[in-house]
Amino acid sequence: MVTIAAIIYEPGNSIRNKTGSWRTFRPILDNNKCVKCENCYIFCPEGAIQEDENGNFKIDYDYCKGCLICMNECPVNAITKVREEK
Amino acid sequence: MQFPREELFAPGHRGCAGCGAAIVARLVLKAAGKDTICVVPTGCLEVMTTPYPETSWRVPWIHVAFENAAAVASGVESAIKALKRKRGKFANKKINVIAIGGDGGTADIGFQALSGAMERGHNILYIMYDNEAYMNTGIQRSSSTPFMAATTTSPAGSKIKGEDRPKKDVAMIMAAHGIPYVATACISYPEDFMRKVKKALSIEGPKFIQVLQPCTTGWGYPPHKTIEIGRLAVETGIFPLYEIENGEFRITYKPSKRKPVKEYIRMQKRYRHLTDEDIERIQRYIDEKCKLLGL
Repeated sequence: MVTIAAIIYEPGNSIRNKTGSWRTFRPILDNNKCVKCENCYIFCPEGAIQEDENGNFKIDYDYCKGCLICMNECPVNAITKVREEK
Repeated sequence: MQFPREELFAPGHRGCAGCGAAIVARLVLKAAGKDTICVVPTGCLEVMTTPYPETSWRVPWIHVAFENAAAVASGVESAIKALKRKRGKFANKKINVIAIGGDGGTADIGFQALSGAMERGHNILYIMYDNEAYMNTGIQRSSSTPFMAATTTSPAGSKIKGEDRPKKDVAMIMAAHGIPYVATACISYPEDFMRKVKKALSIEGPKFIQVLQPCTTGWGYPPHKTIEIGRLAVETGIFPLYEIENGEFRITYKPSKRKPVKEYIRMQKRYRHLTDEDIERIQRYIDEKCKLLGL
């Protein structure tokens, strides 16, 4: 919908754009090793790593672009990468 | 729970994988909370977060031209003040007005508007996310580009070795305006950065924060090293973290032993033309700068 003065009435509607398809490497978070330091949570440029109701962190692969900052910043190496296959 | 969980910066924006500007926006909104109005001039952050008709912002947001972010932010702030006084709106509510501009929109094009807003004393916070060139249009040099960095308009070759002028110290120029709060920050230190944003918002008057934000495409390094490079910039003394509150200078992070700048420089493609002597020259320059600041 095109509006006058290019007003967007729906805040945060870029969630329609699933950027997960950009990914070359998929980060995999091992919750048994995770020490909940929140490094991956705060450094993720997408906000794709969120806490679930049990207090575990989960990666949202709909939006994760696979930059692997989380893997690089994890102090206990709980995050590993695998190549995305078709 | 160390950090606030409220997510005011939506995913799905078009930033590169490993984008530092997106981290800046996320951290600022986490620190500022939802009673915030953002003013963003043209630049990477604006282009990647709001491809019409989509937006990644869950707070009121306005896009303005390159040169007038600070002017529009002061207008927004004055409008809120007038609405409060004349119509009794937003009673007992504190509304933060934050302008987030890139280094081109702040140090080059938007400089006179920024200087004016700071001098007039509007109650706004201006955040400059510094990626040290015009990254959005294809890595052209800005006045914030550091010495000897190669960009597309200061290419390294047989005649020149990249940028021939040192980096403009915008934070110190802002401090010279005599405003109540000036700080530098880096996305690799999120607690420090968020504390500075919160502190700035609690102060009445114009505030300025310069935040260093490595850029994966412009600086030339693999995307997973964004945070690591930012940390190295601080630990080598290339980008010191300090705050100036009412004229009182204070270093907020002091590396126990400064690392050699070579470590930082050798990780980036924009410095790959440098020889060991050139790095030695940069090291001497940084040493001198750190001595002045007491690092």
